[in-house]
Amino acid sequence: MDKVMRLASEKDVVVFSKSSCCLCYAITILFQELGVTSTVHEIDQDPEGREMEKTLVRLGCNAPVPAIFVGGRLVGSTNEVMSLHLSGGLIPMLKPYQTWC
Amino acid sequence: MNSPTPQFVPSRLGIYEPIHQIGIWGENFKSNGNPNTSTSVIVEVDNKLENESETTSHEMLTASNNYEQEASKPIDKIQRRLAQNREAARKSRLRKKAYVQQLENSRLKLIQLEQELQRARQQGLYMGGVLEGSHIGFSGTVNSGIAAFEMEYGRWVDVQHRQICELRTALNVHISDIELRILVESGIGHYFELFRMKSTVAKADVFYVISGVWKTSAERFFSWIGGFRPSELLKVLVPQLDPLTEQQILEVCNLKQSCQQAEDALSQGMEKLQETVSSTVAGGPVDEVSYIPQVATAMEKLEALVSFVNQADHLRQETLQQMSRILTTRQAARGLLALGEYFHRLRALSTLWATRPPEPSLP
Repeated sequence: MDKVMRLASEKDVVVFSKSSCCLCYAITILFQELGVTSTVHEIDQDPEGREMEKTLVRLGCNAPVPAIFVGGRLVGSTNEVMSLHLSGGLIPMLKPYQTWC
Repeated sequence: MNSPTPQFVPSRLGIYEPIHQIGIWGENFKSNGNPNTSTSVIVEVDNKLENESETTSHEMLTASNNYEQEASKPIDKIQRRLAQNREAARKSRLRKKAYVQQLENSRLKLIQLEQELQRARQQGLYMGGVLEGSHIGFSGTVNSGIAAFEMEYGRWVDVQHRQICELRTALNVHISDIELRILVESGIGHYFELFRMKSTVAKADVFYVISGVWKTSAERFFSWIGGFRPSELLKVLVPQLDPLTEQQILEVCNLKQSCQQAEDALSQGMEKLQETVSSTVAGGPVDEVSYIPQVATAMEKLEALVSFVNQADHLRQETLQQMSRILTTRQAARGLLALGEYFHRLRALSTLWATRPPEPSLP
């Protein structure tokens, strides 16, 4: 629980992923498109990966990855992010963290 | 007395040449009866001819007029006969045209029936396979999930068609908003039903869903991750929704942009998946006979395809939901009608394309 929450609050936009997960990759592409640099933690590369996976599922994610945190708070998985974006709620949420190069 | 031998020998074409006739008549005169009589007749005839040549032009004209009156009757007959021939030919042409038209229609019907038969046969193969538990078909393994989906989808299309007709009638008749809302809700719900069906069959065989083989060919042309593109959907809908308020225009614009961004993200994710699977399958030494490790790993990676199909359908669902929120009931009804009609026309296009006449082979 701790590691996940600690990592989640360290950076503005955090995506928990797995190295082989292409859907996670798609999410990072979307954030990039919206001018947000996301920090990706690949839990299959992490020694505590199993624990983290269990934590994420316990927090309410259908699939452990991708799990998206914005401003330290859990937004959800791909479904939630997509729904949010189409309803127009994602960009306002990301606004404080947008970094246009 | 000589019995007259047949003097009239028809030519090959059955035309009696006048010169011969005169000659033959002459001979008849000679061969019949009394030589005396015949000569005198001939003489008389000769005299008559000579007399005629001495007549005045008036008499000649009278004579020739008489001749024409006698001859005009045959000309009338000829004209009538020609007209009748023309009429008969015209009727014949019309009959031929009608016959060809009938043939063309029958051909179309035949092709449609053949297609239906093939589809039914495929379903029968799948069903038969389930009952017998044997391996049938190109893919080898029989998939009851696919068979179930095919049947359900057939019903889905029929219900869709019925709903479109109902919407069209309702919009023309100006029913109450509440009743219209019911139609709109059931229309949207019908699409959600399709996404549920697809989710189930994707678990059984995700390649089946992605290939789009369950759709008609024209629909397949526009396929994106196992279905239509949400942004494409908006392009079809929006022109049918005028007039929109300023607020609505803004919201639809934002929705279009979000759709496009989400689609791009998923498309790039799919590309990455392709690269991953490809490099996995190609990996390892090729001079080794065993490829099991590579293929097994690739299998794991392909599981992700199910997630992508689900995400794509989720995007479609969300797009429909958002449009329903942005639009009034009447606008939503028009939108659903436009969308349903669009897919209906794509299906008709597929049938027409499949039944178009074959190209003439070049000499």
